[in-house]
Amino acid sequence: MASIDIENVSKIYPGSTARSVADIALNIKDGEFIVLVGPSGCGKSTLLRMVAGLEDISEGEIRIGTRRVNEVEPAHRDIAMVFQNYALYPHMSVRDNMAYGLKNRAVPRPEIEARVAEAARMLELGPYLDRKPRALSGGQRQRVAMGRAIVRQPAAFLFDEPLSNLDAKLRVSMRTEIRRLQKRLGTTSIYVTHDQLEAMTLADRLVVLNAGRIEQIGTPLEIYHRPASTFVASFIGAPAMNLLDAEIAGNRLRIGDEVLDTPVSGAAGKVTLGIRAEDLMPADRGLSFTPDDIEDLGAQRLVHGFVAGQPLTLVISPATRVEDCRRLAPKPGALHVFDTLSGARLDLHTEHDSRPVLPVGQGL
Amino acid sequence: MTDLSLSPKTPARPSALAALKARLAAPPAAPKRVQFDRPLMPWLLLAPQLAIVAVFFYWPSAQAITSSFYLEDPFGLGSSFVGMANYTDALSSAEYRKIAAFTVFFAAVVAALSLAIGMVLAVKADKVIRGRSAYRTALIAVYAIAPPVAGLIGMMLFDQHIGPLVRFAALFGWDMKVGLDYWDTAIAMIVVAVWLHIPYNFIFILSGLQAIPAAVREAAVIDCASPLRRFLTVVLPLLTPTVFFLTIINLTYALFDTFALIDVMVKDKPANNPMTLVYKVYLDGFRGNDFGGSSAQSVILMVVVLVLTLFQFRYIERRVHYG
Ligand SMILES: Nc1ncnc2c1ncn2[C@@H]1O[C@H](COP(=O)(O)OP(=O)(O)OP(=O)(O)O)[C@@H](O)[C@H]1O
Ligand SMILES: [Mg+2]
Repeated sequence: MASIDIENVSKIYPGSTARSVADIALNIKDGEFIVLVGPSGCGKSTLLRMVAGLEDISEGEIRIGTRRVNEVEPAHRDIAMVFQNYALYPHMSVRDNMAYGLKNRAVPRPEIEARVAEAARMLELGPYLDRKPRALSGGQRQRVAMGRAIVRQPAAFLFDEPLSNLDAKLRVSMRTEIRRLQKRLGTTSIYVTHDQLEAMTLADRLVVLNAGRIEQIGTPLEIYHRPASTFVASFIGAPAMNLLDAEIAGNRLRIGDEVLDTPVSGAAGKVTLGIRAEDLMPADRGLSFTPDDIEDLGAQRLVHGFVAGQPLTLVISPATRVEDCRRLAPKPGALHVFDTLSGARLDLHTEHDSRPVLPVGQGL
Repeated sequence: MTDLSLSPKTPARPSALAALKARLAAPPAAPKRVQFDRPLMPWLLLAPQLAIVAVFFYWPSAQAITSSFYLEDPFGLGSSFVGMANYTDALSSAEYRKIAAFTVFFAAVVAALSLAIGMVLAVKADKVIRGRSAYRTALIAVYAIAPPVAGLIGMMLFDQHIGPLVRFAALFGWDMKVGLDYWDTAIAMIVVAVWLHIPYNFIFILSGLQAIPAAVREAAVIDCASPLRRFLTVVLPLLTPTVFFLTIINLTYALFDTFALIDVMVKDKPANNPMTLVYKVYLDGFRGNDFGGSSAQSVILMVVVLVLTLFQFRYIERRVHYG
């Protein structure tokens, strides 16, 4: 068990001039579960593989515990990795797959057997120990890959989209299981995913990456409630946050011809206004809304429509009638204002906003 | 006559609706199975293939087996039945045993060396071209056209007058006399035979290596610090199907396909030269005109190959991990 410090790390792939990962700084505490999330190609895997030692670190330094690992072989970094396609050794039984890393580290045989037995018990793999991976289902292979990591008792677990090859139901149950195991073992973990539900439910802290850079670091709720940029706002949360072109004029927010009641401080000018779909309520006064399309999801109902000609999505309970949604008012403190050009969050004080303003990137 | 159509007596061009009705009304069709009215048809269909096998395998084999029991007059005037004499003659001859021993040695060394060298080259090439398919295509294309050229060059390397390898050996005071000295000739034969067959091994092992998933190798890199151990415990076991296949191919190559090579090296040379059993069959039969003896030898060879192949499939294949 150990902390992991990533200090200003960049990756420039050979033959390319661009930084696939640019200047990442991240300090991971011992036992913490960090989730790296971001769109495809944003550099999540690259960063994880640099921690694992499967990619060279072009710039910066990575420390596991207090030891600089830039030049350390993957096998000597004391990490275990779980791959997306499991990467089990096809010619070895489940038992040998788990024992392989320990045998190579000259762990005494009785100790190996004990650890494999313990992992098999935890993951309910007992009946399959003598099977080859090809005789297992996807879910079982996934558990073997987990078992192979667990028996090593490493300083850190590295997961690269370990659940993305499973069906939706299995994904949910394995997600809970991974979370439970990680808490029980207390092993520092870095987990890569582009599934935001996985990200929200697993993470102690979330790291949102965009084009090789960190957009925001924070607990899932911090990121949900105070996205640092329009990118994060549209990436985290489903349905995605509504982003509207707006304008500050005379301490009020205007969207086209509509004016919000809430007084805001801040320089006059164009801004981007973010409102989550679930933060809008039918009201007597407020933005006039033209519903266009309805999606019934059972527990809730999504209404797509327009405010001042701009698309907007609304979540209401199935009991609410769409006809009642002609006028909408945001819940208190639910307005997010972003710089139109840079997309960065503008921390304006709105009257109802009573929550303290947290600096971006500060953890729990 | 033979009728292969499914619904025999359908009227010509029924309306689509009628056809649909008929389909729905008909009992569910039994699994499609072609029945032949007469047993002749399958044989007719098989005939071309059978003819090829018969003409090019069974007939010569039968000929060889028959004539191995006869002693043929050297002038082709007649032959007399001699029973097992041709076999006992061959097996009890010191020369035959010496050639047999050399053949075993030659086949084993050529098979092992071309596999080993091909593997080393493939492993090195794999490191360079991993994930770069343009590279791979280029390399394989080069190796695919190389063998005939390599064969010519191989012969030249050991040429008594201009061969650089002969000159190179001379630098160390080794006066190589290919075609005159038994072991000098043997070494030249082995070198050229191995050289000719390395590309074949290279291509197959390279594609075998490329077929191992990158993530499996990466998992091994995390699990095992030593590259050699990794190769032996993860890569090689996953290559066993390829290696097994190549072993059989290499042995067949060393036993049979080196004929031309040996011919070039020992033809018109003094008698004491290494050769393989296949070459001896040719020599006795076509040069010595001893058809009976030559046939007996080829029958022995056939049996040996048969046993070898059965053994390989039965015992070695069990240890092979197919994916
Ligand atoms: N071997 C490589 N050589 C050159 N560029 C690479 C290499 N591997 C990745 N890249 C580039 O680096 C960037 C980050 O890739 P990476 O695989 O880390 O993305 P990712 O966030 O894991 O995406 P995904 O969610 O699709 O797995 C991409 O733009 C990709 O094209
Ligand atoms: Mg990835």
